[in-house]
Amino acid sequence: MQATLNRGARALLGAAAIASFMIASAQAQQDPIKIGLLEDQTGEIAIFTLPKVRGTILAVEEINAAGGILGRQIELIDYDPQFDNAKFQEFARRLLQKDKVDVLFAGATSASREAVRPIANRFDALYFYTNQYEGGVCDANVIATGAVPEQQFSPLIPWMMERFGGRVYTIAADYNFGQISAEWTRVLVEEGGGEIVGEELIPLGVSQFGQTIQNMQKAKPDWIMALTVGASQDSFFEQAHAAKLGIPMASSIRIALGFEHKRFAPPALQNMYVTANWYEEIDREDANAFKARWRKRWPDETYINQMGHNAYAGIYLYKKLAETAGTTDKDAIRKVIASGDACIDAPEGRMCVDPKSQHLSHTITLLSVNEDHSIKTHEKWDKIEPYWLASVGCDLTVKDHNDQYTPSYLPEK
Amino acid sequence: MDLLAEVFSFVFQAADVFAFLVLAASGLAIIFGMMGIINLAHGEFIMCGAYVTVITVQTGMPLPLAILCGALAAGLIGIALERTIIHRLYERPLDSIVATWGISLIVTQGTLLALGSTWPGIGTPAGTFLVGEYTYASYRLVLIGSAIAVLVLIYWVFMKTRYGVFARATMQQPAMARALGVRTPIVYSVTFGIGAALAGLTGGLFAPTMTLIPMMGMTFIVEAFVTVVVGGADVLLGTAPAAIVLGVIKAALTAWYGQLFGQIGLLITVVIVIRVLPEGITGWLTRRRA
Repeated sequence: MQATLNRGARALLGAAAIASFMIASAQAQQDPIKIGLLEDQTGEIAIFTLPKVRGTILAVEEINAAGGILGRQIELIDYDPQFDNAKFQEFARRLLQKDKVDVLFAGATSASREAVRPIANRFDALYFYTNQYEGGVCDANVIATGAVPEQQFSPLIPWMMERFGGRVYTIAADYNFGQISAEWTRVLVEEGGGEIVGEELIPLGVSQFGQTIQNMQKAKPDWIMALTVGASQDSFFEQAHAAKLGIPMASSIRIALGFEHKRFAPPALQNMYVTANWYEEIDREDANAFKARWRKRWPDETYINQMGHNAYAGIYLYKKLAETAGTTDKDAIRKVIASGDACIDAPEGRMCVDPKSQHLSHTITLLSVNEDHSIKTHEKWDKIEPYWLASVGCDLTVKDHNDQYTPSYLPEK
Repeated sequence: MDLLAEVFSFVFQAADVFAFLVLAASGLAIIFGMMGIINLAHGEFIMCGAYVTVITVQTGMPLPLAILCGALAAGLIGIALERTIIHRLYERPLDSIVATWGISLIVTQGTLLALGSTWPGIGTPAGTFLVGEYTYASYRLVLIGSAIAVLVLIYWVFMKTRYGVFARATMQQPAMARALGVRTPIVYSVTFGIGAALAGLTGGLFAPTMTLIPMMGMTFIVEAFVTVVVGGADVLLGTAPAAIVLGVIKAALTAWYGQLFGQIGLLITVVIVIRVLPEGITGWLTRRRA
């Protein structure tokens, strides 16, 4: 008697459990997928990062209109960290802890990425960093979708040295992006038999460059690597042009990110050479359709920059990964990446996730600015792999390094 | 000749920094130094001057006139602001920080919403000259000349005109000035307007050489406060020597070790000055209140 009752009760409990589970999962089917977004909408670099917000919104609206991800709508939750790394951390915690987002997209500057990364690690969250950067992040939580030095500097620097010569002067913003990019420039210039004749690190917010221009005239470089960051530092180009400096320049962030050719009166940016995975003047069928959709949604956009493109493509990459995995679970998504078959067709062209470093292959174009500020393309490389991290020993399919490497700081063997 | 070119280069660069500091600080020296309003919206007056200048140039006005329009616009806005908000804050220097900071935020974000995140530039007026092997933009000479002209103008207005006497009397002994028939509220408004107009002039002068963004005032404000703080209590005799000292230090360090050390040197100088001369911002504030 006792036993039957127990059995009956257990069966009842079991049924209730199954029923409640079914209700929960049915609810989950309808619950939106939450994407957390942190990009500067005000502050020193907002003019470059606002397109990231717009690109993300565009992608989310398109995907939602087409049925969402895994049949679920996307809910975008975004905050404005105001170019303040402390706010990046505060909002990242809020997104992961309180809003319980499924995935985090955050940060343009490398300083903000390094502020957010430990928090993504602590919550073991999936974190997309969509900017081009100085490379080297080997972290299982991070999918870095932007171009890295082997995709930008490795093609650009030898090309510049062959064309203009081996004496190089570097100016770079004084924080991790500028410092590590300057180090890459040093390594690649010296590998090619050239010489760094000057290197100046410039605090963010500096806007007067008279003495720097003089220092350059004294050092007589064949070309300048210009890695300044932010609207204030961009005044360098106007001032260099006004002083008739007349030295060719190269960069990984000009034009495609900063659209200086649209912001300065011509010909201030003449003879600027850049490698980029996206620039608005790109002329492909997919790209043109993307630009038309963007301009329809955001008619006042000055320039659809690389940040905007990468943010847009990042959402589609997440959709692809989540749908292949059949879930938004981080480990399942990383299994899809580990299979080596995670590719999407973005407006720039096809890009695939490298399983070892969780970085993307890119189609890279070397372009320069003409006197009237139109764009001239010189060379194009299809599908350059992000090979450097794997070549020095980063393999996220085996071990989570949770670190950032540079030419002078390599993984222990 | 080579040595001469090097010497010229150094003097020119020091003068260039001097011009930047004087122009950045002149409006603030009047509003903060004389009137005691810690004006954190100083950068936004500069931004306003820059935007008005560029927009009027783009409608076809010649640059010098456009710069004057920029100064005038900033000055009028300054007077309007003084009449509505600032005049309530003369006895409350600490509250003026919060109020002007709020104004600064409203103006930058308002500009961002109204005019977008960036505005196309107009380019620096052409013209370069060569000394030794260095080329210089002639427009930098205009900036240096303008800085000196502004100093002379401030001296003349405040020391040689009737309004100047009224203004100094009002700032030093408002009750006595009122008793003698000075209409102090008008003097306050006009003085604030002059400070704002000088900031607008600075914006207009630098507009062709810089990127126009709503937050562009930020790049001036640190240097402006540094110069005024180093200059100390006496605006007329303080700003120019402070700008010379800071200009020489910054140019020398930047030539030697690059921008980073130029910036560090500037700030270390301020720390030393505040330490050695007890004319720092805090001491000044307490004296004012006492």
